[in-house]
Amino acid sequence: MSGTALARGPASRQALVLVAGNPNSGKSTLFNALSGARTRVANYPGVTIDRRSATVALADGRSIELTDLPGTYSLSARSREEQIAVESLLGRGPRRPDAILVVADATALARALYLTLEILEIGRPVVIALNMADEAERDGILIDIERLEQLTGARVVRTVASRGVGLEALRTALASAIEQTAAPPPAVERTPEMAADLAELEGLILSEGLMDRPEDARVWAQWLLLSLDHDDEDEFTGIPASLRRAVRHVHERATQAGRNLDLEIISARYRVVDELMAAVCRAPEDRPRSWTDRVDAVLTHKVGGMFAFAAVMMVVFQALFSWSEPAIAAIEEAVSAVQQAVTGLMPPGPLTSLLVDGVIAGVGNVIVFVPQIGLLFLFIGILEDLGYLARAAFVIDRVMRAVGLHGRAFVPMLSGFSCAVPAVMATRTLDNRTDRLLTMLVLPLTSCSARLPVYVLVTATVFAPGSRVGLLSAGAVALFAMYALSVVAALAAAAVLRRTVLKGPVPTLMLELPPYRRPVLSVLLRGVWQRVRTFLVDAGTVILALTIVLWALLSYPKSAEVAAQADRDRAAVATLSLPDDARGERLASIDSHEGGEQLRYSVAGRIGRLMEPVIAPLGFDWRIGVGILGAFAAREVFVGTLGIVFDISNADETNEPLRETLRAATWPDGSPLMTPLAGVSLMVFFVLACQCMSTVAVVRRESGTWRWPLFMVAYMTVLAYMGSLAVYQAGRALGWGI
Amino acid sequence: MNATTAHRLLALVPIGSSAVVSRVSGARTVVRRLLEMGLVPGTTVTVQREAPLGDPVEVRVRNYALSIRRADALGIEVE
Repeated sequence: MSGTALARGPASRQALVLVAGNPNSGKSTLFNALSGARTRVANYPGVTIDRRSATVALADGRSIELTDLPGTYSLSARSREEQIAVESLLGRGPRRPDAILVVADATALARALYLTLEILEIGRPVVIALNMADEAERDGILIDIERLEQLTGARVVRTVASRGVGLEALRTALASAIEQTAAPPPAVERTPEMAADLAELEGLILSEGLMDRPEDARVWAQWLLLSLDHDDEDEFTGIPASLRRAVRHVHERATQAGRNLDLEIISARYRVVDELMAAVCRAPEDRPRSWTDRVDAVLTHKVGGMFAFAAVMMVVFQALFSWSEPAIAAIEEAVSAVQQAVTGLMPPGPLTSLLVDGVIAGVGNVIVFVPQIGLLFLFIGILEDLGYLARAAFVIDRVMRAVGLHGRAFVPMLSGFSCAVPAVMATRTLDNRTDRLLTMLVLPLTSCSARLPVYVLVTATVFAPGSRVGLLSAGAVALFAMYALSVVAALAAAAVLRRTVLKGPVPTLMLELPPYRRPVLSVLLRGVWQRVRTFLVDAGTVILALTIVLWALLSYPKSAEVAAQADRDRAAVATLSLPDDARGERLASIDSHEGGEQLRYSVAGRIGRLMEPVIAPLGFDWRIGVGILGAFAAREVFVGTLGIVFDISNADETNEPLRETLRAATWPDGSPLMTPLAGVSLMVFFVLACQCMSTVAVVRRESGTWRWPLFMVAYMTVLAYMGSLAVYQAGRALGWGI
Repeated sequence: MNATTAHRLLALVPIGSSAVVSRVSGARTVVRRLLEMGLVPGTTVTVQREAPLGDPVEVRVRNYALSIRRADALGIEVE
C-alpha cells in the first residue's frame, strides 16, 4: 500500500496580528466575530487590563493569533496600560506583530484615521476594517475604498461586525498582509525644527540599541515626545534615564523657541488626515438630523434628561436589589443542602468541619455573588453598547465632579448600595486608573444590602417598639440616618482622597457620545460571562481562602473540657424522663451553650477579649468584638456570630430570643450593654467599616495589587473607629440614649 | 487699526452655532487630549447642547459628538 508522505512545511509559528481601534468602533464585536468562542483572557503583568487573544483560522488552513489591544484614540499614553498597547505595537512586547488590524468606525473616519496614521508609521503591514459601514452608508457617507488603499498602502475591508459582513474578506486580507512587507506610510510634513528634534531622538534610540529599525525609532521618538511629562511623574517603565533627559532637553529647547511640540506633531498628522478625507470621503453637506440626535434631544434635555436618568437608574437599582433575590436564595439553599448532606455522610470531626464550614461555605460565599455580578454587567453592557452610558455620565457629571469623581462613576456607586462586589468590578467602565481607584476605594462606604440585617437587629433590639422621634418611628429615623451618613461619608472620602493619596491630574471628562446602536446579544452575553469567570477565578480563590482562615479562627482551638461537660449535660438530660419537645429544647440549649463556650475558647474569642479595652470606648464588649471579627467574612455573618456568642442557635435578625438576650446583656459591672447609644454606635461602625473580605478580594483583583485593598481596610477601620468613638463619647457626655 | 479676526472662547459660542478653532491652551494633558480628539486649529466645531445641569457641553467635530467640561473648554479659542 503506497502511502503518500505528508509534505510537512517548516514548523511555522503562528503569525501574530494585533487589533487596534478607537473605543466604540465595534472592535470587540469584530474580534468576537473573528475568534468565535475561542478567546483566551490573560493578564498583562502588573496591570489590570485584560489581554484577549484568540487563534483564528484563515482560508488557506493557516492560523493566526489575534490579540486585542485596549481601545484608544491615539498611541500617546497616559498610563502604564496604554504604554503596553504601544509597546506591543512597536514590537517591544513579547513579540513583534506580523500585521496590525485597525478597526475604524466609518461614521467617524477622520478620527479613526489619526490612530491609523500613527499605526501606519510603525511600518508593519496594516489592514483597515471599515466597520459600521452600513451606518455610514445610511448617513450618506461615501468612502472610496480603493483610493484609501492606494493612499495608505493598507488593505481596506468593508465590514459590519454586528451582522458578520466582511469577515471572509477580512480573513483573506489578513492572510496576505502577514506575507507582505509594509508599504511606506503617507508622508507627514514636518517643519525643519521638528525634523531635527526627531532625528536627534531617533539617533539616540538607535545608537543605544533600544530599537533596531529606524521606523520603530521614529514612532517611539514621537510617542516619547507626546507622552513623557517634564516632571517624570509617570508610571512608564523601561525608558532609560538618558532618553528621558534627551526628551526633556528637546522640550525645553522648544519652549524657549516658543514652540508647542504636541501641537506640531498632532496638527501635522491631522493635516494628512484631512488630505486623506478630502480624497476619499464624500459626506453630505447638511447632515440630516439623525435618529440619535432626536433621541438625545429628549434624553439630554434639561428636564427630560434628568427624568430619564432617574428612571434608568431606578430600574438598574431595583434589578440589583430584588431581581437577583430568587437566584441568591436558591444558591444559599443549595449550599445548605450540600452542607447537610456532607454532614450526614461523614463522621463528625475536624475534617468534616473543614469541609462543611470551610470549603463548602467558602465556595458558597463565592457563587452567591454570581447572580448580582451577572445582572449588573448585563445592564452595563446593554447601556454601554446602546450608547446610553455615555449620556448618563454626561448628565450626572457635574454632580460627580464636585467631589472629584468622574461622571462614569455613577453606576458603580449606585450599585454599591446593593452590593460592593459587582460595583467594584463595574469600575472598569472608567478608563483612567486614578478615577478607577478612587471610586473603588470609596465604594464600600455606600451602605450595601448586607448591612441591613445588622441595622434591623440593632434597631429592633435597642428601640422599644413604640418609640418615636416626632411622627416617625425611632427605628426608621435611625435607618435613614445611616443611609444618609453613608452617602455623605462616600462623597467626603472621595473629596479627601482626591486631594491627598490619589492626587493626580484633575480628572477631565472628555467623552465620546457615540450614535445609538442596537446591542448584539451574543457580544453582551460573552462580556457577562468573561466578567463572571474573572471574578470566580481571581476573586473567588481569595474569598475561599479567607473563609477557611476565618473558620479556623472561629473554631480552633477547641476545649476538651467544654466538650466533655456538654456530653455530661446531654447524658444527664437523657436520664430524665421528659416529653419529647421539652427534651429537644434542653438538648438544643446545651448545644447552643457548647457552641458559645467553644467560640469563647477559640482564637477569635481570645482576640475579642484582647480587643475589649480598645472597643469599650465605642460601647462594645468582647462579645460584640467577636461578632465584628466574624462579620469580616460577610456582614450578615455578624448576626449569626452574635447568636453563637450569646448562645442562641440559628439566630437571624428577626430572632426574638436573640433580641431579648441582647437587651438583657450587661457589662461585668451590671450596666446594660445594648443601650440605644451603643446601638447607634454599632450601626455607625458598620456604615463606615470595611467588613467584607469579598470586597477586599475584588479590589485586589481590580487594582492588581494588595496595597490598595489593605489601604482601604486600614482607612475605613480608622474611620469607623473614630466615628463610633465620636458618637458614643459625645452621646455619653450629652446624656443621650444611655 | 487693521482688522484682526475676533478671538472668542468656545465656551461663549451659543448652542447651535459653529466656529473654527484657532488656539488651544491649558494643562498639557488636557490640551493634548483635545488636539488628539481632533480639535486642532483650523477645525470646525459645532456646539450641540449642554447637559441638564449646565456642564459639560456636547460639541460636534469631524462628524462625531464629544462631551467636554466647560473648564476644559475654556482653553479653546475660536474665530
